[in-house]
Amino acid sequence: MEDKIDVSVWRGTEQGEFRHYSVPRLASQTVLDVVTYIQRRLESSLAYRFACRVGMCGSCAMTVNGVARWTCRTHVEKVAPHGVLEIAPLSNLPVIRDLVCDMSSFFDKWARAEGHFHPTATRTDPIVRVQPDTPARRAADAGIECIGCAVCYASCDVVAWNADYLGPAALNRAWTLMNDERDSGGKVRLAAVSGDAGCHACHTHMSCTERCPKKIAPTAAIAGLKRATLAALLAGRL
Amino acid sequence: MSPRAQLQLWAAQRIGAAVLALCVTVHLATMIYAVRHGLSATAILDRTRDNWGWAGFYVLFVLAVSVHAPIGMRTICGEWLGLSGRAVDVVLAALGVALAAVGLRAVWAVFAS
Repeated sequence: MEDKIDVSVWRGTEQGEFRHYSVPRLASQTVLDVVTYIQRRLESSLAYRFACRVGMCGSCAMTVNGVARWTCRTHVEKVAPHGVLEIAPLSNLPVIRDLVCDMSSFFDKWARAEGHFHPTATRTDPIVRVQPDTPARRAADAGIECIGCAVCYASCDVVAWNADYLGPAALNRAWTLMNDERDSGGKVRLAAVSGDAGCHACHTHMSCTERCPKKIAPTAAIAGLKRATLAALLAGRL
Repeated sequence: MSPRAQLQLWAAQRIGAAVLALCVTVHLATMIYAVRHGLSATAILDRTRDNWGWAGFYVLFVLAVSVHAPIGMRTICGEWLGLSGRAVDVVLAALGVALAAVGLRAVWAVFAS
């Protein structure tokens, strides 16, 4: 194992350059540790995001050696066995500065996909008992753990080609709600996720599924939405 | 174009793809049969002339291509060339009509020759 890591870090906004830093190599070192070392010891003006450091918040996602990852859960030895790291902001999102992206468009698309709960009851009604083993609940549970880190969104070719495309995370969220028996927004949600900017734009490349740190399969959720929208169209409900 | 119309195009292209999967398989098997048995053009035309079965099959093939190809081209134009909108849709609809016209003309030629 080399004593040092040769790290290239993106500096600037949409326009900028990679700058090189030499960082001491340590055991069990994460990529976030490397970025933090640079910011605290070498380049105090470096901008980056993190919060929990344990893979719960999803705020530290960056492009590491060309692949979108959570930096807090990525060991250097896994992605840079020869001691060379290139760290850039996430793709498909505007860069605010250095490693910080503007996530507005990502979350706006969750709203466009009707990614919020449409309740069927009020807070005064009894709590609904949801059976955990129904097919619908299993489908909802399969995607419910998404924490909105945008790794899937940054990995999606269709987002790169079609700026209006809702993207894997928003569509995965829509599919979890379609399978939530307490939700009443199915019809309006299917209309929201249909068409050139919706689930039908997905080419099933599966980059989102391959790279999701939570092992969620947005591709399967999108396939579910395709089936549901087609069924609704044939039934005259869309 | 409304999202509902876009969904209809998507459904039409997928149905077209399913039909093409069958048609291409049958077409390739027929070609392999013709080559392996050394059928001449005359022998092939003898089999297709006044044959409603082959004519119906290739009409279906041509119509599936005419639906499938322009819709796929529409996606490619939008994603790779940045071309979209009504003008592109009109041009691609014309492409579909042209594909259908030349394809059906070819079917007619081997049916009525």
